[in-house]
Formats: sequence, C-alpha cells, structure tokens
Amino acid sequence: MSHANDIPGLWQGFSSLVRREVLLAWKRPGDVLNPLVFFAMVSTLFPLAVGQSEQQLQFSAPGLVWVAALLATLLSLNSLFVSDYEDGSLDQLILSPQPLPMLALAKSVAHWLVSGLPLILVSPLIAFSFKMPSSVIGVMALTLLFGTMSLSLLGAIGAALTVGLHRGTALLSLLILPLAMPILIFGARTVSLAAAGDTTTAGVYFLAAYCMLALTLAPFATAAALRISNE
Amino acid sequence: MWKFLHKLASPPYFYDLSASMIPWFAVPGVLLIAYGTYAGLFLAPPDYQQGDAFRIIYVHVPAAYLSMMAYMVMAVAAGIGLIWRIKLAHAVSAAAAPIGAWFTFLALITGSIWGKPMWGTWWEWGDPRLTSQLIMLFIYFGYMALRAAIDDPGKADKASAVLAMVGAVNIPIIHFSVEWWSSLHQGATIVREGGPAMPPEMLYPLLANILGFTLIFGALLLGRVRSEVLFRERRSRWVRKLLLAEQGKE
Repeated sequence: MSHANDIPGLWQGFSSLVRREVLLAWKRPGDVLNPLVFFAMVSTLFPLAVGQSEQQLQFSAPGLVWVAALLATLLSLNSLFVSDYEDGSLDQLILSPQPLPMLALAKSVAHWLVSGLPLILVSPLIAFSFKMPSSVIGVMALTLLFGTMSLSLLGAIGAALTVGLHRGTALLSLLILPLAMPILIFGARTVSLAAAGDTTTAGVYFLAAYCMLALTLAPFATAAALRISNE
Repeated sequence: MWKFLHKLASPPYFYDLSASMIPWFAVPGVLLIAYGTYAGLFLAPPDYQQGDAFRIIYVHVPAAYLSMMAYMVMAVAAGIGLIWRIKLAHAVSAAAAPIGAWFTFLALITGSIWGKPMWGTWWEWGDPRLTSQLIMLFIYFGYMALRAAIDDPGKADKASAVLAMVGAVNIPIIHFSVEWWSSLHQGATIVREGGPAMPPEMLYPLLANILGFTLIFGALLLGRVRSEVLFRERRSRWVRKLLLAEQGKE
C-alpha cells in the first residue's frame, strides 16, 4: 500500500471541496446575492399583493417566508453542477479516489453555506417587517436551518439528475418541489404554531429527523445520479 | 426458481408468457368489479351518517390504494432494474407510472366529489391525505417528465429509477401524515384492532373491488409492459420474426 499515502484523506477531500465551492461563490458574489435578493423581493411582493393590514400579514407571514425560501433555494440549486459539468470538473470528481457520496455531501454542504445560511440570517428582518412576534424568530430560524439543509441535500439529487439536460430548469422544480413539500408543510405550520404561542417541538423534531434522513441517504442518491448523468 | 426468474427477464419469453397471463388477471378482475360495484351500489345498506354518499368508497378506496400500490411496483421495479441491470424491470417501471398517475387522479376526483356533500367543499387543504395524494400526482408527473426529457433510453431508465426510489421515501410520509396532523379525513376503518368497523354487507363489496381493481391493474400493467418491450426491442431479431409471422398469417 505504498501509494495510499499519496491520496488525501476523506476529511481532506471533503473540506477542500467545500473550501473550493465557497471560494468560487465568494469570487462571484452575484450567484450568492441573486437568490437572496429574490427572497427579499418575493417577501416584498406579498404585502403589496395581499394587503398591508397587520393581522393579515402576521397570519400569512410564516407560509410566505417559507415559500420564498423554498423558491430561492431552488433558484440557486439550478447551477449546482452545471459549471462543473461544462468545464469537466465533474469528470474529475467522479474519477477521484474519494468516495463520490462524500463529495456530493460536500457540494450540498457548500451549497447550504452560500445559500441556506444567508437566508436564515436575513429571515429575522423579514419577520420584523411582517410584524411577527419576536418570540417566533428563534423557531423560524431553527426550522429554516433544518429545512434549507434538507433542501440543499434533496435538491442536489434533482440537480444531479438534470445536469446534462437542455430543459433542466423547469424540470428541476417539477422533480424537487413535490419531494420538498413535507418540509414546507411542517416548516410553515411550525412557525404558525409558534406565532400562535403553541408548542412547536413536534414540528421541529420532524424537520430535524427529515434533515438527518436526507443527510444519510441523499448523498448516495446524488452520487448515483451524477454517475448516470455523466455517462 | 432462479432459473425461472432469469428466463422471465428475457423479453421474448416474457412477451409470450404475458400474453397467456393477461386473461387470468382481466377476467376475474372484471367479475369482481362487477360484483363489488353492484353489491356496493344496490345491496349494501346506506350509512347511518353519510346516507348513500358513502358508496363512492367502492371506487375511491381501491383507486387510492392502487395509486400507492402502482408506485410501489414502479419503485421496486426501478430498484431491481438499477441494481441487477435488468432491462425488463425498467420497462415495468416505465409502464406502471401512467397507470399509477391515473389511479391517483381518480382517487383525487372521487375524493373531491365525496367531499362536496360531506365536508361542504370540493377541496379541503386541511386534510393531509388529499394534499399528499396531490403531491403523489406531482411525483408521478416529475417521473414521467424526467423520462421524457432524456433522449438516451438507457440513461432515462437509470435516472428515473433513482428518482422513483427517492420518491418512495415519501410513501410512508404520505401514509403517516394522517396520524401526524389532525385531519378531517376518515381514519382507517378496514385494518385496525378489533376488526373492521363496517358491517359485512358493506365490507365484502369493497374488498371485492379492491381485489378486482388490483387484478385489472395487473392486466393493464402487463399489457403496457408488452408494448413497451416491443417498442424497446423493435430492432431485435425476435420482434422482426414476430412481425413476419404476423404478416404471414394475413
């Protein structure tokens, strides 16, 4: 096993891919900012469309924040593997001695760092603008944490399946939105429950469980899908 | 057993065998549905709360059950095709999707027709089972759209197989959503402790219809797989032989 030392370890491979992705995003801030701006825009559109009475806003805010977060995440998922596919990095990832599911996980984690995390950081602002009680913000951030993480993992499967296709954009939404619906249902309802002052443990636990399930299974599906798409 | 399975996976053998199997599914299926529908509509007593409106369950329950059954068939076949690289299994998966989508649609439509007199509304978002059936329909659409979007058939098979297996994770969530969120929907009445909460005159037609629908699903599936196999193998020698033999008969 003389050559074994030349291969970087599992953690090294994982962390260097995450670092590369975050660095790439840093160099192209538009890719990170666009979904965020989209999130803020959608959240602005709703009061204009629905009406500005305080009661109405408070009532619809949890769902609204969640729909906006879901759409913003989908928007950024589209390009998850596209540039890698076009410049050949994807071939290198598949050929590399690192296990592909681990690299798929790294892609998802990096995607969450540059798209999910900023969403969570912006969400309190939106909650305040909708006059939601401040007690809700913690629960909302927590549900968004598990929810966006699950979305990054789940969405990576869809992005991997549609990577080489010309009509990938609309297709990705069609594939991922139905699968993401449990996240949306539980996320939005849990925030509503929190706004009404009810207990929220069940919803938060559900989202956490869903996230763990996605964390364990999704990278394998993503890896399989990447192999198929890159044949 | 293994030998039989290996033989079954060969398209020409399957094509021959399935031709003789379809009547075994279709005939009892039609008879059971005829009995179940007649008995359900005319012999079963009206429900003490719902009156005659409950009779839609004789279509609704089998359709809802088959919408999930078809998905299971699709996902399991997709898994078999992906793991053991059996092309016939992919054909089964491709054939099951449209049938499953139709049963899902039927379950949604009958559910909403039943909902109008019972809940006073065609559609009730508060009911998770209705919503999850709708999600189910979208998953079927996504599966078929992905298949249609990929030009290379081998790649389409494998990619959609991954999607089918990922979607299968949703089925338990659909099933248990009834218990997770308080809902308007009827709880399970057939499978529960202490026996079914339904008099036998009501239950037997329902069971007959469930079985009948399942058999008809089997017949439809076999028929669709046959045409799928013919299409996929259209350039092979045995299909050409078959066609020549057909032409010879005329």
